[in-house]
Amino acid sequence: MLVHSRAGRIAAWVVFFVLFLPLFALPFLVIVMASFATNWSGAFPSHPTFAHYRAVGGGDSLHALTTSLLTALCASVLALLVGGWAALAAEKLRGGTRKVIDALFVLPVAVPSVVVGLSLLVAFSQPPFLLNGTAKIVILAHTVLVTAFAYQSVGAALARLDPAYEQSAASLGARPAYVLWRVRLPLLLPSLTAAAGLCFALSMGELSATMMLYPPDWMPLPVQIYGATNRGSLFEGAALAVVLMVSTLLVLLVMGRVRTRATYR
Amino acid sequence: MTRTGSATSDDPAATPGTPTGPDAGKGSAPAPGSAPAPGSASGIRFDHVTVSYGATTVLDALDLTVEPGEVMALLGPSGSGKTTALRAVAGFVTPAAGRVLIGGRDVTGLPPYKRGIGMVVQQYALFPHLRVEQNVAFGLRANRTPRAEVGPRVAAALEMTGMADYARRYPRELSGGQQQRVAIARALAIRPGVLLLDEPLSALDAQLRSGMLAELARLHRELPDVSILYVTHDQIEALTLADRIAVLDQARLQDCGTPHELYRTPRTAFTAGFVGSANLLRVRAEGHGVFRLGTAALRVAEHPGVPGPAPGAEATMCLRPHVLRQLASEDAPDATPGTGGYPDTDPGIGPAGEVNVLHGTVTGVQWRGHTHRLLVEAYGHELRADVGDLRQPPAVGARIALAFDPQDAVLLPGGLTAGAADGRTAPAAGGAGDGVG
Repeated sequence: MLVHSRAGRIAAWVVFFVLFLPLFALPFLVIVMASFATNWSGAFPSHPTFAHYRAVGGGDSLHALTTSLLTALCASVLALLVGGWAALAAEKLRGGTRKVIDALFVLPVAVPSVVVGLSLLVAFSQPPFLLNGTAKIVILAHTVLVTAFAYQSVGAALARLDPAYEQSAASLGARPAYVLWRVRLPLLLPSLTAAAGLCFALSMGELSATMMLYPPDWMPLPVQIYGATNRGSLFEGAALAVVLMVSTLLVLLVMGRVRTRATYR
Repeated sequence: MTRTGSATSDDPAATPGTPTGPDAGKGSAPAPGSAPAPGSASGIRFDHVTVSYGATTVLDALDLTVEPGEVMALLGPSGSGKTTALRAVAGFVTPAAGRVLIGGRDVTGLPPYKRGIGMVVQQYALFPHLRVEQNVAFGLRANRTPRAEVGPRVAAALEMTGMADYARRYPRELSGGQQQRVAIARALAIRPGVLLLDEPLSALDAQLRSGMLAELARLHRELPDVSILYVTHDQIEALTLADRIAVLDQARLQDCGTPHELYRTPRTAFTAGFVGSANLLRVRAEGHGVFRLGTAALRVAEHPGVPGPAPGAEATMCLRPHVLRQLASEDAPDATPGTGGYPDTDPGIGPAGEVNVLHGTVTGVQWRGHTHRLLVEAYGHELRADVGDLRQPPAVGARIALAFDPQDAVLLPGGLTAGAADGRTAPAAGGAGDGVG
């Protein structure tokens, strides 16, 4: 606590709520309210209804939700494997090589995701790499986009890991693979689950690259929300958005519980 | 914790089928060239080991041998290269030149996990996600020890360090001293021929430290074949525990010898100053064991057969703070400043039989419970004197007289910047007060 006086603390809270609520919390509340509305012409929506939820409860939306969940799951697992492995491999690099590798992994985040989508579309539309029109290209795009975050968070966690642990393990006769498996990965577990959660959340919300790539039978939820609002069904779109929000938060909550149990220090 | 030597003899019995118990090979060095069996005696040899980081040499051509079963302390201030030497044995730094041998085997190019060492570091580095027993079993599992053997050996190691009751705990549930014991048990469980201790006690408070020091000494009595390399900046730890002490400073080995040798007859001014924080005085030889410090003539015990410095030569006189005692003012043979000490030709004896009287001005008084430390400005030097708890310590600014016995002074040839000299300048003063530290 930097603010010690009571009045100062109250003032800090007031400023926090005045800034935080309108910017972060209220827009979500508006979405939730809209998802129950039949009509919204006044200050508040009128005639609360579950009709939109019933409408989106059908086959299409459910399919879109499972598509999103599966895509996000595959993408974050792949990103964690690739990004984590790369971070472990890059750990001992110094100087120029390290900078090049770091830059390579940040590249998909640095360029607009539309460009990533387009580049993948162009690259994988010809045999022998014909992924266009399959679910694989969506998963691939998401993986490319979120690997940067996995690489960075695992890299940061590795830099914080006390080398005394692995050195003690090595002095006890443990080979590098044994040290990695029995000491370093368990100690990295909290960071790994945090990275996985971040990747998952990012993938659940990815729209712009997905728009360029998705095949008809693999339409993730954000694309459907976009479609609904685009054809004027604003409240149905809001209902879908609430479903996306809640399901993402639920998954993150479960992962968060794993994280707290895996925190050793 | 009433452990006796029984832990060592119980251990092999509890693990039938173990080819080598800790007692195997006791007192005998392994055959040259052969890899040491676990638990057998194996020494360490530094053969001209040089370690550099870029242009900085952190360890300069270290030559040092730790005999099998010996406790060698590497003593030095921070940045002296002592930890680097230990890490070169462990395999965490690669020497730019020279070889490291463990048990006669050249391990310079071997990765750490092939060296068969046990290591305990300052911050313990217990694996936080493993229980105490899993921590201790870690090295055994990593080395694919048969499952039936792991349990008894973990139990024996925990028993030896008095941590058997804490096997199911996690490291975070233990105090610092308990964590240190677990770290030692973990290192001993693999029955290393060589145990590396890197400032193992510096994270503990003073009281725990002296307790652990006694524990370590007991452990070494129980495991007489384990060679121990003990890195520390604390001279008390080194003097208490070590069979020999290697003093390092500025990447170089300054001195090496038994605690007694280093304390009584340091070979370099650095050793004298670092081990026992001696007062170092620049003196000029006048022959026949008489040395001149400013206006004072000081007498140092001569040893038959050992020629002292030639008259006129510069020398450094080492005086431990505790060998100086304060003379009551009426005892001082000559309290007049500028004419203190003895006539040049005749050392003489003071009225109360004192010789070697130094006159100075008190610049500081520190009470340390059982002693008073007096800081005395005399002849251009600041002297530290530890005198018994005084009823009436002198006031700052008072003129006092200090005296010491001729056999308590040690002489080093040359001025204060003297490096390592050839041979010791004086043999250990026989029987003159065996209490060290």
